This record gives sequence, C-alpha cells and structure tokens, in this order.
Amino acid sequence: MEKIIQGKAYVLGKNIDTDQIIPAEHLVYSLSDPEEVVLYGTYALSGVPPEQGGLPKGNIPFIAEGEVRSAFTIIIAGPNFGCGSSREHAPFALKVAGVKAIIAESYARIFYRNCVDGGFAIPYETAEQLNQIIKTGDELKIDVEANTIENLTSKVTWRLNPLGSVFNIVEAGGIFAYARQENLMAQS
Amino acid sequence: MAQTITQKILAKAANRKFVDVGESVWLNVDILLTHDVCGPPTIDIFREEFGSDAKVWDTDKVVVLPDHYIFTANEHAHRNIDLLRQFAKEQGLKHYYDVGTDRYKGVCHVALAEEGFNLPGTVLFGTDSHTCTSGAFGMFGTGIGNTDAAFILGTGKLWEKVPESIKFTFDGEMPAWLTAKDLILQILGDITTDGATYRAMEFDGEAIFSLPMEERMTLTNMAIEGGGMNGIIAADKIAEEYVKARSNKPYELFQSDLDAQYHSKYHYNVRDLEPVVAQPHSPDNRATVRSVAGTKITKSYIGSCTGGKLTDFVMAAKILKGQKVSVTTNIVPATVLVARSLETEQYEGVSLKQIFEDAGCIVALPSCAACLGGPADTVGRSVDNDVVVSTTNRNFPGRMGSKHAGVYLASPLTAAASAITGKLTDPRDFL
Repeated sequence: MEKIIQGKAYVLGKNIDTDQIIPAEHLVYSLSDPEEVVLYGTYALSGVPPEQGGLPKGNIPFIAEGEVRSAFTIIIAGPNFGCGSSREHAPFALKVAGVKAIIAESYARIFYRNCVDGGFAIPYETAEQLNQIIKTGDELKIDVEANTIENLTSKVTWRLNPLGSVFNIVEAGGIFAYARQENLMAQS
Repeated sequence: MAQTITQKILAKAANRKFVDVGESVWLNVDILLTHDVCGPPTIDIFREEFGSDAKVWDTDKVVVLPDHYIFTANEHAHRNIDLLRQFAKEQGLKHYYDVGTDRYKGVCHVALAEEGFNLPGTVLFGTDSHTCTSGAFGMFGTGIGNTDAAFILGTGKLWEKVPESIKFTFDGEMPAWLTAKDLILQILGDITTDGATYRAMEFDGEAIFSLPMEERMTLTNMAIEGGGMNGIIAADKIAEEYVKARSNKPYELFQSDLDAQYHSKYHYNVRDLEPVVAQPHSPDNRATVRSVAGTKITKSYIGSCTGGKLTDFVMAAKILKGQKVSVTTNIVPATVLVARSLETEQYEGVSLKQIFEDAGCIVALPSCAACLGGPADTVGRSVDNDVVVSTTNRNFPGRMGSKHAGVYLASPLTAAASAITGKLTDPRDFL
C-alpha cells in the first residue's frame, strides 16, 4: 500500500451513479483479456454529461481523446458516489484509467465494498464538501498514515475520515489477500 | 435484546443468537445469484484466486440466470453467455438457465421468485444491485460485486455489516389507482437516493400485507434506489402460499421484535397518497403526476424486474383495453413465464397480449432490455432527446441509452395512460 498518493484532481458533483462511471453498453468487454481491459479506461466516466465533468468549469474530458489513462488520478466528488448498479466494472474502469483514490462525502454501499474488497481505488470520506473547494487539475497529496489531503496548488490541508474497520482489507489489498492473511479461506 | 427481522436473519446466518447493529459478521450464504454481465468476471476471479480446477462451494446454491444482453447481435455479449454455459457445465451447476433453450427464464429477480429460490429467513447475495427484490419474501437479499461473489463461490461465506433499519408503515386500503410503485417513489422523494445507505428498509402495515407478492417485490426492488442494503417485508400467509406452491424446501419465519430499535420510522396512510413520478434524472425527484401532467413524451416502456411482472401488465391492460397508444410503447415481460401468461391471462374476455397488440404496443421478448440501455440494438433503448415514461427503477443520465434523454419513472397505470395521450397523464383520467 502506497503511503503517499499524489496526483491531479478530477472534480464531480453528487450522485455519480455507476452508469455514468461506465455506461452499460460497455459492460460486455472482458475484465481479464488485456486487449479489452484497456477499453474500460477509454470509457471511464464517459457517461457523465460533459458540462458536469471536470468541475467547477465542466466540459473537461476525464480521458483525453485516444487515451486509455487519465491525467487525473484522484477523484473528488459529493455525496452518494457510485450509487446505482452493482457493477464492479465501475471501480475497475477507474483503476484502469489510473485512479488511485476517491474522496467523496459519502458512497453507495456496493461501490464502497467493491473498492475495498476488490482492492481498486481507496474510497475516502470527508466531512468537508471538497468538491465545492478543490478545482479540477489541482495537484493533491494524500498522506495515508496521517489521514490528510493537501492541496499543493492552494496550500490547504484537510482531514480525511479514518477508514475504520475496512482499513485492514484496504491495507492487505482486497478481500482475498486479507482472508489469506487471516486464514479465512476455508470452505464452509 | 430486541432485534429487527434483518438482524434475526443475519444472526441465524452467522450462527449467533444476536447480532448488533454496526458490527461486521461473517455469514453463511444460502444462495449466490449471478447473470451474464457480472458472471464471467466473477468466474475469472474465482479461477484466479482458488485455482483453475477449483470447485464451487455448493452446486445446489449457485443460481445463474442470464438476462441482461440476450436478444442482441453483440458478439461480446454472446461470448459472455458462452462463458457461463462452459462454467455451468464444468462445475455441474444445478441451476443454470441457458439462453436459447426451454430452460431460459429471463430477468433474474423475478425468475428467482417464480422458481422457488426465495425462502423466508434465508440469505441471498447476488451480483446485481436489485437482488434486494427478494426481501419481499421475509429474507435477506442484497447486491455485491464480482470479487465478493467470487469469494462466496469458493467459500460460501461473506462479511457484512449489520444494518440499522428504517421502518415504513402504510395504513389504509389501497385505492385501485394507486400501486406499489407510487408508494416506493413516495418514499424515495422523502428519504432521497442516499437516505437509507447501509440501512435496511422494512415495510409494514395493512396496505403492504394486502398486496400480492409481485407488488411487494416492486417495493423491495427499489430499496437500493434509496441506498438501502436490503428491503424487507415479513413473510405472511400470502408469502407462504406463494413459496409452498414453488418449493418444498424448509424455511423459517422471522418478525421484528415489537421493541426493536429503528434508525427512523415513517408513517403513511395510502388514502393520502396519489400517483407520482420520479422526474429526470434521479429516482428521488418526485412529483405528483397531476403536477407534471401534459409533459410531452416520446416513448412509454413497461418492463424490467420492478415493472415487468404479470401484475404490472394486468394494470396496464386495464387502461389500454380498447385504446390506441400515440407514442412507441414497449411491453417487455420480465420472464418467459410472464410472457406466456400475457397470452393466457384475460381482462374482460381478451388476452393481455391481444389488448396490447390492438392498442399498437410492441410486445418484446423477456430480458432486462432497455431498462439499462444495453447494446445499441436493444429493443426500446432511448435515443437522442427521447422523453420516456417507464416502469423501470432508475433514471440517472444515460440509464436507458441516450445521455440526452429524460426518463420519468412511473407506475404501469401511469405509463399506460401516458402512452395513450402522448403526455404524462394521471391514470385516474382513465379509471
């Protein structure tokens, strides 16, 4: 687990559902065939209406034309990020695009579980409405041990809510790694 | 210590007498459900983590119901079905319902009920957010991702955080023009799309227990639209009769203790309610149909796990009999059984299918179809600036296909009345 996560912010609004993160028509691609996996990067966040992507100005594509990976590696969003369908393709697509962490006011349960148990991006929560403060393109630094996020562009630091009971799974890298570590893989 | 019905079911699955709200517990899983979209990646993870020759924990407890992308020319979608078929064969799965055979069922949440997999007191996990539908049978059902499903495939276990519960009580006698869809859209407008996040939504009251199982499933189906972990209705005589007609497996009835603790309680009298829609682009964007009546629509869609059951079509037929639709109207039965029933079930001496065809509707084959957009050739998929009135469960941007379309979620009565006029129309105008 990386102790410091640094990258550029991509700012979104509230209730970003999994159809916006990866539209349903793209769910047919393999998640294991390397040639098809990259398509999840290509179409990550492609369902977000253009004016609502890359706030506050909007109309900033998450993925540049012809690219697979995003220039933005930290997502900043409002409440209820990842609501909607259970598709694990959603956090998977964000990971393929290069996202390392998401900071939202809150998450939908299944998306949150998928992030943690699948070992995709780290889902942090904050009490602050950071998507009203941070601007797309700001350079951010997350200190995983100190539970802080610093905006290197504006020189402001905020606290992140501790990951709590899921920290051990996040640290292990997902439910399988955690279960092996804890000897929980035996059949019932 | 007093417990809610959800706590009691989770306690049983954890081999405990009591589980506390907020604690994470390991549960023994009764059924794992998967389908063609999330099944193949789940199988990949299972093989990677448990080995290429690993066996699933119980071939009688894995239910595979392909339903999402069935009637499409999309080759990737076909490949996903092939992967399911191959896995079911090599594992000897007892409950695989293959496409293109007479075993094919259709939309998984409705088929689970029809095939007798919903048993009171049991724990169901599924790789689909609407797995909460099964809570109508007094059981715990919730959605998970592929990684969690792969973990269950190998171990038969999963951790879950015991949820707080919110109780919704509906008193009074249901008027003929009010449906379960109106009740759940009413709730969503009150609690918003994250009002029940990580919580159980428990439904109670005489109006709820007057409903047939299909209508109860409409309520629990949309618990996830409020962020709920599960929706649940204690099993009563109606539920037991439904179950016994379809399964001879044992089950256990649970009820919340009278002094159980709730996060919050909501009380409604159905006589105070009226038909509502969820306006674009969120299931909590509630308005009474009367307040938005006259809004022009370009399509009407009656289908999906929440709005494509036989009861939904009986309601639609009552409005559409002897009428003509003025916009493209898709009738998409959830399952093969529902599709067959459209031919046998009659209203005023005419089969439902005939009523729909006479009215100018398109009767499509059973699958999830355009509820979630799907591949480009999916029947009913929204295009351009379509304005759709739909009995489905989600209307986030792009959900039914086009990012520029707007979707109004509504009851089958409202969707049928609006199909006739081409404008959002209160069903009381036709009843």
